[in-house]
Amino acid sequence: MNYADLFRVTLPETALEVAALLVLVVDLGLLRKAALKTRVAVAAMLGVAGCGAALWALYAAGTGGFSGSDGLLLAAGGTAGVAQTGILILTALTLLLLVDSDFTRNAGEYVAVVLMAAAGGLIIAAAQELLVIFVGLELLSLGLYILTAFAKRSGKSAEAALKYYLFGGMSAAFLLFGFSYLYGLTGTTSIWQIKDAITISGPSALLYVAWVLIVAGLGFKIAAVPFHLWAPDTYEGAPAPAAAFIASVSKVASFALLLTLSLNWFTPGPWVGGQREFVEKVLGQYYQTWPKLATILLIAAAASMILGNLAALAQISVRRLLAYSAIAHAGYMLLGIATMPRYTGGVDLFHFYLSTIGPFRQSANAVLYYILTYGLTTIGAFGVVGVVERATGSDRLDAFLGLHKRNPVLAAVLMVLFLSLAGIPPLVGFWAKFNLFAAVLGMSGGPVPFALVSLAVGMSAVSLYYYLQVLKRAYVMPAADETPIHAHPVTMGVLVAIAAAVVVMGCFPALLQGWIAGFYPVG
Amino acid sequence: MSGIPILTLLTVLPLIGAAIALFSGRHARGVALFTTLFSLALALVIWTKLPADGSIGLVERAAWAPSLGIEYHLGVDGLGALMLVLAAIVTLMSVDAAHRVHHQPGLYYGLVLVLESGLFGSFTALNFFHWFLFWELSLIPAFFLIKLWGGARRGPAATQFFVYTMAGSVALLLAFLAVYLSTGSMDFGQLTALAQSGALEQMVTAHLGPVTLWLAIAVLAGFAVKVPMVPFHTWLPAAYAEAPSPVTMLLTGAMSKMGVYGLLRIAIPIFGPQIAQIRTPLLVLAVATVVMGAWAAAAQKDLKRIFAYSSVNHLGYCLLGIFALAVPAAGAAAKASQAAALNGVILQMFNHGITAAALFWFVAMMQMRTGGIRGIDDFGGLRKPAPVLAGLMGIALFSSLGLPGLNGFVGEFLIFRGVFPLAWVAATVSVLGLLVTAVVVLTVIQKVFSGPVPEHWAKFPDLHESEWIALAPVIGLMLLVGLVPQLIVGSVNPTVQNLLSHWRF
Amino acid sequence: MLAWTIYISFAGALLLALLPKGKPVMACWLALGLAVAGLALGVAGFAAGMGQGRVVIVDAAWAPSMGVHYMLAADGISRVLVLLTGLAAVAGVLFSWNVELRTNQFFAFYFALIGGVYGVFLSFDLFLLFVFYEIAIVPKYFLIAIWGSTRREYGAMKLALYSFVGSAMVLIGLLAAYTTAGSHSTALMDLAHAGLPVHFQMWCFPLVFTGFAILAGMWPFHTWAPTGHVAAPTAASMLLAGVVMKLGAYGCLRVGIGLFPHGLDPWGFSLLGVGSWRDVFAVLAIIGIVYGALVALAQTDFKFVIGYSSVSHMGFVLLGLMTLNQIGVTGAVLQMFSHGVIAGLLFAIVGRIVYDRTHTRQFAELETMHLSRRLPFAAWAFVFAGVASMGLPGFSGFVAELQVLIGAWTAKPWWACAAGIGIIVGVAYTWRALQKAFFSDVIPTAHELEQEQAHKFAAITWPEIAGVALLGAATLAVGLYPRILLESIEPAVKALLAGGVQ
Repeated sequence: MNYADLFRVTLPETALEVAALLVLVVDLGLLRKAALKTRVAVAAMLGVAGCGAALWALYAAGTGGFSGSDGLLLAAGGTAGVAQTGILILTALTLLLLVDSDFTRNAGEYVAVVLMAAAGGLIIAAAQELLVIFVGLELLSLGLYILTAFAKRSGKSAEAALKYYLFGGMSAAFLLFGFSYLYGLTGTTSIWQIKDAITISGPSALLYVAWVLIVAGLGFKIAAVPFHLWAPDTYEGAPAPAAAFIASVSKVASFALLLTLSLNWFTPGPWVGGQREFVEKVLGQYYQTWPKLATILLIAAAASMILGNLAALAQISVRRLLAYSAIAHAGYMLLGIATMPRYTGGVDLFHFYLSTIGPFRQSANAVLYYILTYGLTTIGAFGVVGVVERATGSDRLDAFLGLHKRNPVLAAVLMVLFLSLAGIPPLVGFWAKFNLFAAVLGMSGGPVPFALVSLAVGMSAVSLYYYLQVLKRAYVMPAADETPIHAHPVTMGVLVAIAAAVVVMGCFPALLQGWIAGFYPVG
Repeated sequence: MSGIPILTLLTVLPLIGAAIALFSGRHARGVALFTTLFSLALALVIWTKLPADGSIGLVERAAWAPSLGIEYHLGVDGLGALMLVLAAIVTLMSVDAAHRVHHQPGLYYGLVLVLESGLFGSFTALNFFHWFLFWELSLIPAFFLIKLWGGARRGPAATQFFVYTMAGSVALLLAFLAVYLSTGSMDFGQLTALAQSGALEQMVTAHLGPVTLWLAIAVLAGFAVKVPMVPFHTWLPAAYAEAPSPVTMLLTGAMSKMGVYGLLRIAIPIFGPQIAQIRTPLLVLAVATVVMGAWAAAAQKDLKRIFAYSSVNHLGYCLLGIFALAVPAAGAAAKASQAAALNGVILQMFNHGITAAALFWFVAMMQMRTGGIRGIDDFGGLRKPAPVLAGLMGIALFSSLGLPGLNGFVGEFLIFRGVFPLAWVAATVSVLGLLVTAVVVLTVIQKVFSGPVPEHWAKFPDLHESEWIALAPVIGLMLLVGLVPQLIVGSVNPTVQNLLSHWRF
Repeated sequence: MLAWTIYISFAGALLLALLPKGKPVMACWLALGLAVAGLALGVAGFAAGMGQGRVVIVDAAWAPSMGVHYMLAADGISRVLVLLTGLAAVAGVLFSWNVELRTNQFFAFYFALIGGVYGVFLSFDLFLLFVFYEIAIVPKYFLIAIWGSTRREYGAMKLALYSFVGSAMVLIGLLAAYTTAGSHSTALMDLAHAGLPVHFQMWCFPLVFTGFAILAGMWPFHTWAPTGHVAAPTAASMLLAGVVMKLGAYGCLRVGIGLFPHGLDPWGFSLLGVGSWRDVFAVLAIIGIVYGALVALAQTDFKFVIGYSSVSHMGFVLLGLMTLNQIGVTGAVLQMFSHGVIAGLLFAIVGRIVYDRTHTRQFAELETMHLSRRLPFAAWAFVFAGVASMGLPGFSGFVAELQVLIGAWTAKPWWACAAGIGIIVGVAYTWRALQKAFFSDVIPTAHELEQEQAHKFAAITWPEIAGVALLGAATLAVGLYPRILLESIEPAVKALLAGGVQ
């Protein structure tokens, strides 16, 4: 166990923790008497600086992971690198949205909690071992519960936080229970070794139970059906910057975790060396054991797509609409994670395995692309909602009436972001969906994946309806009140930058794709 | 082929005149008169330049859309040239008769000139697309002329006219598409040659099955509506009655001839054998047209309707003559009968055009004097207050009756001369038509011109100078053709011989 | 060079969105300039490309990892349709000269739509085509929802959702084709030569074809069209009927038939005389022709007549495509151009010239207004357009319908007969509309005459005259000299039918 490695690999987390403490010190110590606005601004800027430092640290850390005695504990580079970069950038953006908000007087505490939760997210993204996963998950989740409750003057905030906490606590318990079964089955908590052990020992009832429990725990984090019930209330009750954080960063982290599990458990190998007959025997057993587990994820994916989109149709609160749409998007992404290649014979298992390496990589990249761009878009969406809420006092559809007159730039940003969520080209949301569906079909062309992709495309079409409802209020229907809406320049700057990024990345999808691909060493 | 494309010039000239007339307001009539006079001059020039052997001359050809068999192919023989002259004369008469168009005169004369262009185009076309274009083109002005300046029930009359004619046109179009599909050609000359050699039926059967007869029927239907032939004539009385009389002159004098011309140029040459197969029902219908037209005329009380049905009757003779040609005829005598019949048909086309137009002109003049009244029982003894009118109209009426010495006789005589040997039953029954027509004409003369004069007509104005000067050439033409038919037959006969030699039944 | 039509349209849209509010005239002139520039480019590209086959304009790697190319190219069919778009764009701007509400936004959405349309016609990469196809959907929604008339929000949403569902079907087909061909490339030529298995084509073809055909107004998915057309403001209905429905038909041809030719092969069994997808879609097209015509005959709202007539005419296009022979498909493409121009003219007259002055589209009310006297320009323009719509020779519709009928005769004679019925009914409803709206026989009372004198209609403005002249000249020119377009269309159709997209 090389603690120098540990220090190097966790340098970003450390930077965030240091920044958190610094914010607390500055806010409680130096700025005691300053106006709320100043305190909030300073705290946010310090937080952003902290994220920046963490980013730098991430790149300075190199690509070697940190291994314990059992195996890799924390990875660096690859999926982890992408996810961690994404988390840090998105955190910075949500902190920028904090500027000019007045839902709390405890600015320093808020930013500190955000940074610490982000650190938890970084851990999850890199974790390769069950207990590390749990630690990171709890760090992230506890932070999120607190953030949800931060608007102390709002009853909704408290209610949402309580629901979130109770639900989350239970899911965490399930998760841990599932992990414990895995440990019981295999005697190890390293993800890789668990895979090897179970491949050799074969499937068992306990494995399935463990897996279901794990899915319950993880499904909660990504708000997949049927573990989604917390999402609408939390999205509705949390203060806007916090909701943005929950909707983006925690999702990125959670999906990164799912990807880690998927890439490790749902792909056999890599085996370097080893006799071919041995490898083939193992492969045979592998394919009998693991891929079936993905089925439950497929069911959750389909259910999320359907329920998320259909329930969103009926919403009159834009926040709840975003929540249900988040459930739907989680469904699409789960589809990317859960689609497994189908072995139909004809070629020996080893070559079959080799042929699946490319598609797995592709679908992992597609999921990463999707979650990063989705996170970005969601932050923008909550930013807009936040501005409108502060001006009109509500997040109902009617609050958006006549937005194009009251603040044309804001309305334009809203249009770009919502159309991107609906999957309209040339915005990035479309490319993300296309990429994902192409990767899913490239993985397996069988009737089930095809049917699910058709379902996804169909549900996307349905989603246009509710996104257009909001845009209709903003552009088409006459305004009830025509007083201009003003937003803080920083907020507007962030929103415009996000919208611009959505457009640019949509027109030039190779930019982000190339960047993601750059995280994987060739070969 | 001379350097100047005279046929194109003739066709385009009225269109230019129409464009000018449209914006000339009160001077539109002058523009129209000038244009029609110039057209008449051109038509006469064309008449003089015909090839002596009766074949098609003054040919103009240019590629248009070769991939569809569409070619710009114009040409005239005696038949076509005579029709051009007829169209020019009748249009001139119509413009002359339309003295006082109060309501939008520019539009009125513009439409008349467009109609004239449609007539010219359809009489010179030798490719289906071009012909069909002008055939359809003539419909629109006719519809609007009836619809906008017509009588009390002009709306339904115009619509009925339009719908019937359109339906016929669609049938024509579909049939020709089938022919094009089988043969790859839309050229009348090529198709005639194919029909003559029997290849046409083979090609159609090869491509589409044994439908040649149905195609022939479709084509016949299209023309049957236009001529009209019983039972497709029901649009005619209303249209002729409701249209303003100058427009009726055009309808009866020229447009109905488009139908007969179509039969002669298109239906018979291309579908001869098929027509021969159904010649008996066709002859029956022709006879029915003759007889029914006459009987119906006798039952009418409105002068316009009388003359309308009488037109049906007169055109029935043309149909009789045409379908009689389909009767198998061998030997020199039979050939001579065929030539006589065909000559008669063509002459009848010309003569009836002039005469019928003149008759409606007279009705127009009478309507102008009576403020629109034109019932046969409304008049009486007009011979006294208006002797010139009575005299000139009497000449026209007798021509319509077929009195020898006037132009109406020559055509009918030749037709009967030709049909009797070929189809004596049909000819005999048709004589009934002659008799009833005589009754009709004499009744008109008696009721309108002779007898006691009712008081309110005592001061019925006679023809003005300008009117009988305008009429004089027409009446003169009737007498001339009646006394010296050789003027026309001389040029038409070579064409007749040429046509008969190319037709195969 | 043709690619600049796309770029100026989008750039223009952005520029227009940024114009200061409250200056409608400036927006109108800028829009006109953009549209004329696009038309000029289209004409230049058309002339330059005559006699050449497919000309590649741009081919850049877009997402190399997936094999997606930014590939623009034009063959004869594309050039003709780009020309149509240019004409429709200019005419649309001219007929929108009187839009006063949020004028710059109107033209911004308008040019976003036009840009998308140009893009579809010039794309030779399936993914790029799809992108432009989808881009065109959202501006349509806003154009109708904000500036439309009868039931505009409902009509707009229905249109948007139908289009989106159609494009969803296309997307599924696109994904399936892409992955079945090995996930190498989305270029149309590559996919056409990828050798997609026949049984795959058998189900992918109807999916993609139906997806595109929804936008083309194929029965029974046409119901968005009448509602949408009636709800839309004049320029939008001109574009919708004139150009956007052609997007669907173009997709059916270029993608459906081009990529999945074996999808049209006989199934091997036949059900009630229908033995292949070709038969199915031909029958649906014919039903559309006849049904659209019959329903148009029964309408009491002037604009609905034109809306349903669009459904009927598009049926001709689809029928022509299903004949799968040179002349039928050529006729279909020519009909796309012809109907685009004529429908534009009809909607312009009904919407801009008549409705904006009379504020009613109901025949019962129009009958009493004596429009032939009070609006002679509108009446005679409608005679011209109506006669062209009926398919009278001398106008572009005749040649197009002629070719479709010949093609249909060759394929299956009863198709031609059924289509012929559609033509006849077409004459009927056009004539009925003409009579009822302009030339009714209702005699005005003295009181009505007084009212008419007191409330004269606004004079016909120069943009209206220019628009009518432009479109009228286009249909007349093509009608009298169809070779202008046929020379471009025929070789392209030949190549397409011969070897996939080639």
